[in-house]
Amino acid sequence: MILVLDLCERENSLSTYEFVEPVAGIVRRKGFPVQVRHHLRLTGDDLTSAERIILCGTALRDNAFAERPAAFAWLRGARVPVLGICAGMQAVALAFGGSLVPSREIGMTEIRSVRSDSLLEGYDRFPVYELHDAGVLPPAPFLVLAESDRCIQAIRHRDLPIYGILFHPEVRNEWVVERFLALPWRIC
Amino acid sequence: MKLGVLFSGGKDSAYACWRAMQHEEVACLVSILSRNEESYMFHTPNTRWVPLQAEAAGIPLVQAETEGREEAELDDLRQVIRIAMDRHGIEGIVTGALQSVYQASRIQRICADLGLWCFNPLWHADPHRYLQDLISRGFRVIFAGVFSRPFDASWLGREMDRDTLQALEGIARAHRITLTGEGGEYETFVLDAPFFRRRIVVQEAIPEFRTDRGLYRITRAALGEK
Repeated sequence: MILVLDLCERENSLSTYEFVEPVAGIVRRKGFPVQVRHHLRLTGDDLTSAERIILCGTALRDNAFAERPAAFAWLRGARVPVLGICAGMQAVALAFGGSLVPSREIGMTEIRSVRSDSLLEGYDRFPVYELHDAGVLPPAPFLVLAESDRCIQAIRHRDLPIYGILFHPEVRNEWVVERFLALPWRIC
Repeated sequence: MKLGVLFSGGKDSAYACWRAMQHEEVACLVSILSRNEESYMFHTPNTRWVPLQAEAAGIPLVQAETEGREEAELDDLRQVIRIAMDRHGIEGIVTGALQSVYQASRIQRICADLGLWCFNPLWHADPHRYLQDLISRGFRVIFAGVFSRPFDASWLGREMDRDTLQALEGIARAHRITLTGEGGEYETFVLDAPFFRRRIVVQEAIPEFRTDRGLYRITRAALGEK
């Protein structure tokens, strides 16, 4: 089961259609069973039964998740591949001791890979859809995988398959989510 | 949260409005009348009837006109949203954007500049499920304009029902066009919606069709009981 986490400030919010459903749709179309869960309703059973976990983005003005560090403490013990998208990347960075920095990007922008990794392999430069007011200063155990002219766009934990991407792959870059689902490794 | 819905009179903005009403308070509809029928941002067929739709829904309308020049119309949109903020205290904007990055990112920027939330409840929705839901929820939608092959004059004024959806799916597959008309292949007009208190009755309309494009110009309409 692929766990798709809703990071919007409230469960069943109007933003769910925009930030959670499109990501869950990609996973379903690839034939995986999906469990969508709001981040405040996450249970231990959800985490133990998930084969992979995706943290979705939020509306530009919705930063409630960043005020709820306890809701993301589980990330430090995650034993399955994790992909944080936009707000999800910010939550990943914060959980490991990183910080947020103001950086607004809205619309299409070009990003470039700066380190080889199976998630973005073969895509040295590509256009992505951005919708964020903050970038991240990644914590020490994270490597930078991609950047735009303005900020860091993709990170990965040095030892664990925990990724963060600041852009929205559900718009024009579904392949990123598909690759994440196909990553061959799993933590034992 | 009080919201304003960018409302063109077509299916996407009406459905987005209905979805917004399930979660938040829709305080007003916001509409731009574009004098440019090729407008990059704003759906144009029959927008003159948006006030009647707002009356049918019982929702206040804030409306402005634009010449429809590519980027200047964004300033006009910004102005009309400001008016909606002043008059109705809205804290966010709802759009019916489906896939258009051009449209969505421009509205996101305006909202960010004005300190407003921005909601796109149809963003990357599954086209088939969306149109099926639209029909099953009781939206009554007609084709108000067609702008590409193989649509012909017979589509003008036709209602979007299950048979039409089936035909549309065949066309979308065969001609590689979007099912929802997102590529500008067709435009729609909403006669009735679950949140309408009354429905729109078209009393007179002129179908105009010339090579590959046509409009269903509604010239007389009134409110009717549901």
